[in-house]
Amino acid sequence: MTLRDFIDRLLGRQAASATTARQRLQLVLAHDRSDLNPELLEQMRREILEVVSRYVEIDLEEVDVSLETEERVTALVANLPIKRARPKPLEASATGPAA
Amino acid sequence: MSRTILICSGKGGVGKTTLTANLGIALARQGSSTAVLDADFGLRNLDLLLGLENRIVYTAQEVLAESCRLEQALVKHKQEPNLSLLPAGNPRMLEWLTPDDMQKIVGMLEERFEFVLIDCPAGIEDGFKNAAAASREAIVVTTPEVSAVRDADRVIGLLQTRDIQPIQLVLNRVRPKMMANQEMLAVSDVTDILALPLLGLVLEDEQVIVSTNRGEPLTLNGSRSPAGLAYANVARRLRGEEVPIVDPSKESQGFRARFSRLMQTKIF
Ligand SMILES: Nc1ncnc2c1ncn2[C@@H]1O[C@H](COP(=O)(O)OP(=O)(O)OP(=O)(O)O)[C@@H](O)[C@H]1O
Ligand SMILES: [Mg+2]
Repeated sequence: MTLRDFIDRLLGRQAASATTARQRLQLVLAHDRSDLNPELLEQMRREILEVVSRYVEIDLEEVDVSLETEERVTALVANLPIKRARPKPLEASATGPAA
Repeated sequence: MSRTILICSGKGGVGKTTLTANLGIALARQGSSTAVLDADFGLRNLDLLLGLENRIVYTAQEVLAESCRLEQALVKHKQEPNLSLLPAGNPRMLEWLTPDDMQKIVGMLEERFEFVLIDCPAGIEDGFKNAAAASREAIVVTTPEVSAVRDADRVIGLLQTRDIQPIQLVLNRVRPKMMANQEMLAVSDVTDILALPLLGLVLEDEQVIVSTNRGEPLTLNGSRSPAGLAYANVARRLRGEEVPIVDPSKESQGFRARFSRLMQTKIF
């Protein structure tokens, strides 16, 4: 973040267009490079949550699964805040993180 | 060992042909025998920028068909005889060239010239694939705009799967004032996102249009205009000279410039 970005945010102003351009590019390139469409990503997100939720209780409000790209390498970054561990893992058949 | 360099971009109209013409002349003036190959045979332009449009008789197609010798098809620049132009074909061509044809032609050029510059058509289809087939290294041209950078990224991915090395970046049509005001992607934004070494930085410059009108590239008469100097510097760097690159948005003096630099400070 640059000083200008900081002041813009402080004053509730729109960010400099270069900042917006950089952010939009980073996002679109992460998708271009991995060749994953938003639907596939969403499906992957659901399945990841399903598996992880069997072992721990996740704070669903704070979950963030997204593509990030740096130095031409794309990574799937999942941030899944844990509320508490489950005393006993749920059965694999239990469907969805809500179970 | 001769060097064959593809000049490409993905997006059209970002300055490939202008770079090829100026770089070809600059390399020749600096003492390297150079050939420029117009691989954009649907929409030929390189002859026009070099002022050679009336002197083309044959193309690579006749050379391949053995209806003329390579020497007959090469158009030597009068003022700068160290530079020759070879059009790959013409728009009325009956059979389109293949990647094999391009390799054959470039092989012949490599026997005679130190540098072979290939002016690539826009896009990532057949025209690009033909031109890339014969290339060993590449220069990717882009402007600091989202669509141009995105398309450049696609092309870089394709070049990497073909083991083309090195791939270097020329950033064209830079407007220092807009950059300083953060209304244009910064030089470091583009180099970071594309993860390529920067070979050159060319300002937006009206003299480019004037020189195009005349068919005399800026480097031909040693123009001191910003773009002319930038193109000559790209040639020096290609020849192995160390020429530092200055970021124009960080260069100017005065209160306003210092203020916008302050605003660009990265705080976290
Ligand atoms: N640094 C510059 N300053 C001002 N104008 C420029 C600059 N570079 C290129 N231009 C202009 O941009 C236009 C496109 O340039 P050019 O034909 O070199 O692009 P190109 O990438 O070869 O296009 P195409 O994809 O159609 O082959 C031309 O009108 C040219 O004069
Ligand atoms: Mg062109």
